[in-house]
Amino acid sequence: MYNFTFHRPTTVRQAAGLLARNPDGKLLAGGHSLLPVMKQRLAQPSALVDLSLVEGMTGVELKGRSVVIGAMTRHADVANSQVLKDVMPGLAAVPGSIGDPQVRNRGTIGGSIANNDPNADYPAACLGLGATIITNKRRIAADDFFTGMFSTALEEGEIIVKVSFPVAKKAAYEKFKHPASGFALVGVFVSKRGPDIRVAVTGAGSNGVFRVKSFEEALKKRFSPKSIEGMSIPATGMNADIHASPEYRAHLVAVLARRALAKAND
Amino acid sequence: MSATGIGAPVRRKEDFRFITGQGQYTDDVTRPGETRAVFVRSPHAHAKIKSIDVGAAKKMPGVIDVLTGAQLATDKIGNLICGWMIHSKDGSPMKMSAHPALAATKVNCVGDAVAVVIAETIAQGKDAAEKVKVDYEVLTAVVDPAKAQAKGAPQIHPDIPNNTIYQWHLGEKKDVDAAFAAAKHVTKLDIVNNRLVPNAMEPRAALADYDAGTDNLTLWNTSQNPHVARLVISAFIGMAPEHKLRVIAPDVGGGFGSKIFIYPEEVVCLWASRRVKRPVKWTSDRSEAFLTDAHGRDHVTHAEMALDANGKILALRARTIANLGAYMSTFSSSVPTYLYATLLSGQYNIPSIYCEVDAVYTNTAPVDAYRGAGRPEATFVVERLVEVAARQMGIDPADLRRRNFITAFPHQTPVIMAYDGGDYNASLKKAMEMADVKGFAKRKREAARNGKLRGMGYSTYIEACGIAPSQAVGSLGAGVGLWESAEVRVNPTGSVEVLTGSHAHGQGHETTFAQLVSERLGIPFENVSIVHGDTDKVQFGMGTYGSRSGAVGMSAIVKALDKIEIKAKKVAAFMLEAAEGDIEFKDGKFTVAGTDKSAAFGDVALNAYIAHKFTGAELEPGLKETSFYDPTNFTFPAGCHICELDVDIETGKVDIVNWTAVDDFGTIINPMIVEGQVHGGIAQGVGQALMEGAYYDAAGQLVTGSMMDYTMPRAHDLPSFHVGLTETKSPSNPLGMKGCGEAGAIASPAAVINAITDAIGTENIAMPATASAVWTALQKLQAPKAA
Ligand SMILES: Cc1cc2nc3c(=O)[nH]c(=O)nc-3n(C[C@H](O)[C@H](O)[C@H](O)COP(=O)(O)OP(=O)(O)OC[C@H]3O[C@@H](n4cnc5c(N)ncnc54)[C@H](O)[C@@H]3O)c2cc1C
Repeated sequence: MYNFTFHRPTTVRQAAGLLARNPDGKLLAGGHSLLPVMKQRLAQPSALVDLSLVEGMTGVELKGRSVVIGAMTRHADVANSQVLKDVMPGLAAVPGSIGDPQVRNRGTIGGSIANNDPNADYPAACLGLGATIITNKRRIAADDFFTGMFSTALEEGEIIVKVSFPVAKKAAYEKFKHPASGFALVGVFVSKRGPDIRVAVTGAGSNGVFRVKSFEEALKKRFSPKSIEGMSIPATGMNADIHASPEYRAHLVAVLARRALAKAND
Repeated sequence: MSATGIGAPVRRKEDFRFITGQGQYTDDVTRPGETRAVFVRSPHAHAKIKSIDVGAAKKMPGVIDVLTGAQLATDKIGNLICGWMIHSKDGSPMKMSAHPALAATKVNCVGDAVAVVIAETIAQGKDAAEKVKVDYEVLTAVVDPAKAQAKGAPQIHPDIPNNTIYQWHLGEKKDVDAAFAAAKHVTKLDIVNNRLVPNAMEPRAALADYDAGTDNLTLWNTSQNPHVARLVISAFIGMAPEHKLRVIAPDVGGGFGSKIFIYPEEVVCLWASRRVKRPVKWTSDRSEAFLTDAHGRDHVTHAEMALDANGKILALRARTIANLGAYMSTFSSSVPTYLYATLLSGQYNIPSIYCEVDAVYTNTAPVDAYRGAGRPEATFVVERLVEVAARQMGIDPADLRRRNFITAFPHQTPVIMAYDGGDYNASLKKAMEMADVKGFAKRKREAARNGKLRGMGYSTYIEACGIAPSQAVGSLGAGVGLWESAEVRVNPTGSVEVLTGSHAHGQGHETTFAQLVSERLGIPFENVSIVHGDTDKVQFGMGTYGSRSGAVGMSAIVKALDKIEIKAKKVAAFMLEAAEGDIEFKDGKFTVAGTDKSAAFGDVALNAYIAHKFTGAELEPGLKETSFYDPTNFTFPAGCHICELDVDIETGKVDIVNWTAVDDFGTIINPMIVEGQVHGGIAQGVGQALMEGAYYDAAGQLVTGSMMDYTMPRAHDLPSFHVGLTETKSPSNPLGMKGCGEAGAIASPAAVINAITDAIGTENIAMPATASAVWTALQKLQAPKAA
């Protein structure tokens, strides 16, 4: 790790100010994506702006027909939130599937979304529910937020403060774990909120998280695994590595979508 | 059986300090004025070093020195060596390349060290290492061993054509060819035994301390055999005379073979400490470990088995290319030869066997012994062939095995080994009962209803352990003898210290060895300490690998205890005023036969030291004995593992639902520890079969260079194991022990692959059989059979 200066602001404004004064600085949330690359000397931020003392950035709250989660809320706290388990257990299952206890007790939703790892779980939930990412500057729809692997619509110095998820009547996540890392080799989030049907896929696409419009269309008739029986997506644009071929990933998307639908209807 | 004697499931003495964080590993040892070594490693798999400029690095803060291979040569530090000579078919000796601890002119794999920074802190060392300018001329790399032998392949070492180290063979080709020509049935298989990264929990480390006052060097390191390390570093590398070099291997957190070998880093730390006149420490990080620990396995094999119409095996032949990586590691040459081909008879009466092995250099990390070393590769060949032959011939796989089991002992195989005892039918029968083979068809039907293909696979394995009779291995090329030493020191108060040449790095010797002493001397288990891992304390020893610590290490202790008894009886005779021949020793008490006169062990120990009851002319005071035990044969642990698993038809994911292991390890000292060894071994074997695999890309970059890409087995990947034992004593050592450390890793890969291929109805599938690979195999079959 290279040397850096360490800051611990207590308000979002202070944090934004520190970032503005340290153009090579980085926000630090749970550190479980950022610190490993710093330790390997692959990242060299001149300053770290630690968000852990910033007020009002943690917690899971039901606000009307939405669940609002503070950006600094740890994966374990989201997974164990009784509020969330009551209204939308399908979303609580997403952080519950992340990593191991150490990772879940440190990693945050804001860090995960800002990082947008192509194999991360939260992006599928955000896209699969049509969440709104609330920053210190604006509100961004999930459909506009994830712009490619490790890339988002966040601007220089922009801070995610909260994420708002509309409560869907039916929602479920099905994850096929990467054998080594435990991230999603493929993960599929499905939801139905009135007429709005979403199928979002993480892990598979070489361009990060994406929606499967053909499945969504087919599910309009009936939100059931039967409606997409026999359907598949093309292997083009799928990731290829030693752990899975593009064909296998494409195949898993359909299998996991059907399983998620069955779970959502349970 | 006493509560702490032989056969008792005593809790491990050493665990208290390990699980409370009080173990003393090499990295925990600190010396005043300690510096840190940071290695500059090649990012290229194959390149010429045109120049190295250390000027800028030397000026960095906290830097004490920056050293290169050129200086190493000037200081006449010798090359690393491989200590087992193998001769090719044509009689020529193996071709061992130069292996300097720091590459000076050429790098041959990613991670090859080219320079070392000695700095006050690791961070300063890393900063400086980035400033070392190495000018490389990148050369084409070759990572595939078959391609490395081909015409026009890049030449890795200047004097070694076709990158071929040796072309070795064993057995009578003529007999085998004749048997094949006459055979009714021939089964053929192409097998890849995948390359594995050992991943011991504690990474390798070295701390070297040069004492300018005495000119002595001390090395703390993560070694499975500190005396062998001292011998090699002294005699071959020429670092210091043996008596001026002390090697201490304190607590060591797992080895699995990878810590047997002498590595460049410890040589460099010793050399650097003498140069900078300060202690020098290096602790590998996990990324370095992936690149530089010796890897395991990596065989490509074509194997064939000939059978008659009744399923009687007539002959076996195998042709293997073994990838030994960029350099020959310390014992690498022996693994794909005498530890491999000699086990190709399995548990079967096979009249003729012929095996050819080419060992090859590639631009990859060196490959050497890894848990099982050669024997897992042999077992995989034999057990896959037997299983496939049975299916092809329509014979039940268990039945085909039974028809061929060796039942009379001793049995001379056509590949050197003389099996001295065992009962293969007994372990198969017991395993089949425990695994409820009878109920399998019903369970398979039930699984099919849930979209699962259920399969069952056997592995009736054998291994040669208790390594090894010195004269025998000497005749096969070993540069060392493989006996073991023990020294038993009885203190005046009757407590006992045993100094052993075995080395524990997870095996629990402090417990099992104490159980032996407690049983034999009739003294409390708590009164026994086991001392190991320090060349200043233990005079010499060969260390721990090849499941040898019980069969060889404990046998040496038995021999020393025999001598203790003889001497103690002499002391007791003076104390009890009886003839030496009338003294009997039992349950910690010396008695005069036919009388009620007795003396406790502790009193006799005290009398041995105060020496009031005898004169110096009659008897030497003291009670301390030494023994060197050289085994008369290998031991032959054997058994049967049965794997039952489900394949998810939709995803190809394999779930092991039931695992049965019935092993014959001979005498068991501590059944709890033995069970733990079996569990760990199976986990490693399942890891190899389903998950692990080291991959290099064509340019020689390690793709699986971290835990994010290299799949280690986790607890949730494994079922609860059903472990059972059968027991036939080894006739080749005093305790009748056979060894248990490697069995699980040797037996299990074949059981898994036999079960998967049974489930999906293919003949073969490569390891690791990941979900993706199994699904792909399923797609190739027209209609997956679901019932
Ligand atoms: C062993 C291991 C296993 C893992 N397994 C999984 C898994 O199965 N699934 C999965 O999805 N993830 C997994 N992760 C990643 C984990 O969830 C991370 O914690 C997460 O991706 C990043 O969150 P963080 O809070 O740790 O962010 P940090 O590492 O602190 O930050 C990540 C990035 O986000 C930026 N950032 C942080 N907070 C904000 C904010 N509020 N606004 C704007 N930018 C911000 C940082 O500047 C940095 O660039 C794993 C990680 C590890 C180490």
